[in-house]
Amino acid sequence: MDNIIEVKDLWEVYSDKEVFFDVDDRDLIAALDESNETVVAVRGVSFTVKPGEVFIVMGLSGSGKSTLIRCLLRLVEISWGEVWINGQDVTAMNLKELTEFRRNQVAMVFQHYGLLPHKTVLENAAFGLKLRGVPKKERHERAYESLKVVGLQDWVDYYPASLSGGMLQRVGIARALVADTPILLMDEPFSGLDPLIRREMQDELLRIQQEYQKTIFFVTHDLDEAMRLGDRMAVMRNGEIVQIGRPAEVFARPADDYVARFVQDKRDEIRRADEQMAAMAASQAERAGVGDVS
Amino acid sequence: MFPEALKYSVAKSVNHAIKWLLNTHGSAFDRFSSCILGLLLRVQGVLVVIPWWAYLVFVALMAWIATKKVLPTIILAALPLIIGVFGLWSLAIETLALVITSVAIALIIGIPLGVVMGELPLFAGFIQPVLDAMQTMPSFVYLIPAMMLFGLGKVPAVIATLIYSLPPVMRLTCLGLRQVPAPAQEAARAYGATRWQLLKEVRIPLAMPSILAGVNQTTMMALAMVVIASMIGARGLGQEVLMAINRIDVGRGFEAGISIVIMGIVIDRITQGLARKWDPNNK
Repeated sequence: MDNIIEVKDLWEVYSDKEVFFDVDDRDLIAALDESNETVVAVRGVSFTVKPGEVFIVMGLSGSGKSTLIRCLLRLVEISWGEVWINGQDVTAMNLKELTEFRRNQVAMVFQHYGLLPHKTVLENAAFGLKLRGVPKKERHERAYESLKVVGLQDWVDYYPASLSGGMLQRVGIARALVADTPILLMDEPFSGLDPLIRREMQDELLRIQQEYQKTIFFVTHDLDEAMRLGDRMAVMRNGEIVQIGRPAEVFARPADDYVARFVQDKRDEIRRADEQMAAMAASQAERAGVGDVS
Repeated sequence: MFPEALKYSVAKSVNHAIKWLLNTHGSAFDRFSSCILGLLLRVQGVLVVIPWWAYLVFVALMAWIATKKVLPTIILAALPLIIGVFGLWSLAIETLALVITSVAIALIIGIPLGVVMGELPLFAGFIQPVLDAMQTMPSFVYLIPAMMLFGLGKVPAVIATLIYSLPPVMRLTCLGLRQVPAPAQEAARAYGATRWQLLKEVRIPLAMPSILAGVNQTTMMALAMVVIASMIGARGLGQEVLMAINRIDVGRGFEAGISIVIMGIVIDRITQGLARKWDPNNK
């Protein structure tokens, strides 16, 4: 098997009422765009992800990236298209198969953590196993091991309310690791954290990825993060993927103005840093020169 | 004036319906009645055996668990003393038995129905007007038929109290379930929670503060109703109030009234304090 995730011509329409979506009916799509009651959040997205890859989806808020990640495990019902994960057609699953699939194939990390306030850190980490009916002793042992991986072994008996944002997200990651699934889905997991902690968490994720060889599907609006973490990245705008490729490629050859603007800030930053470095080097050289004369 | 031609009265049909119920299903109502009475008397039998000081100790203990503060604990434990000093202790115990029995039945019926309401919006839409009716219908309108069906005394009092005190716990259970934060539910679904697991592991625990507020409200409403129910022969503190009204004995009414207020305050503070302790956001 080549691809662990395969998405073909995926469309997602949000609506209060049932909409019979047809990809070939251009008038219908135009009408859905017009209407205030419906939102076409994802429009004709296709891509593939290989096992062990870190695949980044980047875009501004409202570009459909959070909807896309939810389609992968059908947290929202898919309007059109196909999602294949690990050889299984997610779109065609019934409720029971979908439950089994969510328990064993994918584990998700959320921007707002999604932890349960009435359960301790240990119980939260063990939650996925509890849903599967793993006996208490075993699931707590496994949860403890994962909490050790993220450095929270001293916090097992605390409740989420007494933890900081970074620690909460470590619990979220531990919960995903305990589930022991081949795929990790991460929806802007580090967006709410301050820059230093974010960097630390990114390093940690890379370490975990190296150790466990998971396939990671990672959504972010931060180009820095995309470039640090990603093997490949897709840039989304208005529900569509406008460019897909290795981060360095995207950075060097933006496909259009939109991507170029994304990249421009980063380029400016690098240029400024270069200029500063050059200025510092020059002043150092100057001082060295002065020293020579005296 | 409302046009004469459109006038139509259902009063007669309702009267007939009640008579028909009495004539054809009277024995069933009697059986039901003795069933409730048996439960009530058993509760009362236990409460009467407990010595007065044990109540004070119990209240002090619960108040301490709920508040963890010395002064409120002492005050709450001392308040019931006043009821005894007024010479109304045994009447208060009778009222307590009525409240406990009614609330127990109300919770056994109300919490599951509230959960169903929270899970099925269609059912909630159907049951909502019924709850409105239960709360706004003047109590004497159903006290009288309850008395006709279940006889004089404590059983129609329990029924009337049920009608009056069921809505809060149902409404607040439903409301609590609807207010469970979306991220926690989404996470549970993402990890493969079935609908039942979602309810048991996430929705009900997170709705607990609201459900307990409902239990508290139901208890307070039951206490208020039990007093009114004394007019159809349920004894207890309400009977004392009724007698005071009949004899225009303001002082006697005041003593009974204060005793009811004390019961209300003690029950309210303790249940509220326990509810706060259960609140997951307080951990």
